[in-house]
Amino acid sequence: MKILAVCGMGLGSSLLLRMQVEKAMQRLGLHADVEVADIGVARAMAQTVDLIVTTRELAERLGDVKPRVVVISNFVDLEEMTRKLREVLQAS
Amino acid sequence: MPGQVLLEMIPEEAIQAGVSAADWRAALRACGEIMVKTGLVDLPYIDQMIAAVEDLGPYMVIAPGIALAHARPSPAVRRPGFSIVVLDAPVSFGHPENDPVRLIIGLAAPDPHSHVQALAAIAEMLSDESCRSALFQAKSRRDVLHVLTEFSERGSCA
Repeated sequence: MKILAVCGMGLGSSLLLRMQVEKAMQRLGLHADVEVADIGVARAMAQTVDLIVTTRELAERLGDVKPRVVVISNFVDLEEMTRKLREVLQAS
Repeated sequence: MPGQVLLEMIPEEAIQAGVSAADWRAALRACGEIMVKTGLVDLPYIDQMIAAVEDLGPYMVIAPGIALAHARPSPAVRRPGFSIVVLDAPVSFGHPENDPVRLIIGLAAPDPHSHVQALAAIAEMLSDESCRSALFQAKSRRDVLHVLTEFSERGSCA
């Protein structure tokens, strides 16, 4: 499974998201390759991943993309990340 | 020690508490000025941080009360490092869930890699409830340093 963490510049918040996704996936006993991208290249990269993790406003900017988009509001809350990943992975 | 990198990447002079700011721009300016004084960045970086929020929105408010302020790697970045600013009164960034912001972490990144380990440690510290609330309540540089030291040594501030 490939997951893309998207933020505005690809070097702050998206790194936090990647760390959280990796921890949450470990909790769920699943494996994923997590990459980071800034919003500028995210649309192109979206074609090659299974899931996107980002914030609400960047998700709106991203618009319609093929993979499912998980919206995170608290980047240091592992519970939120784990719960939202579990929901979307169970549904797919 | 996992937290040791924090003390290395957050220069003492880059920490300030009790900072007053009228709005988010003033808060980022205050944070940027401290980063300039510390030698992490040059003056243009301040406007770049403000422009980033104007352009991309307040997504940098990464958790309730906490903003991770930064701009792209540029010639205005001198060396990798972080600043910590605790506001005396919180300001609104226009974030739907995480406003108002009391704690600003300023990031200077000359490239996408050299700050990653320290950023991980900061995230780890901010996810600990006891350290987070101690930072929100910090009244002085000494209070903030105490939190950093406690977290570095024990992984908690309880």
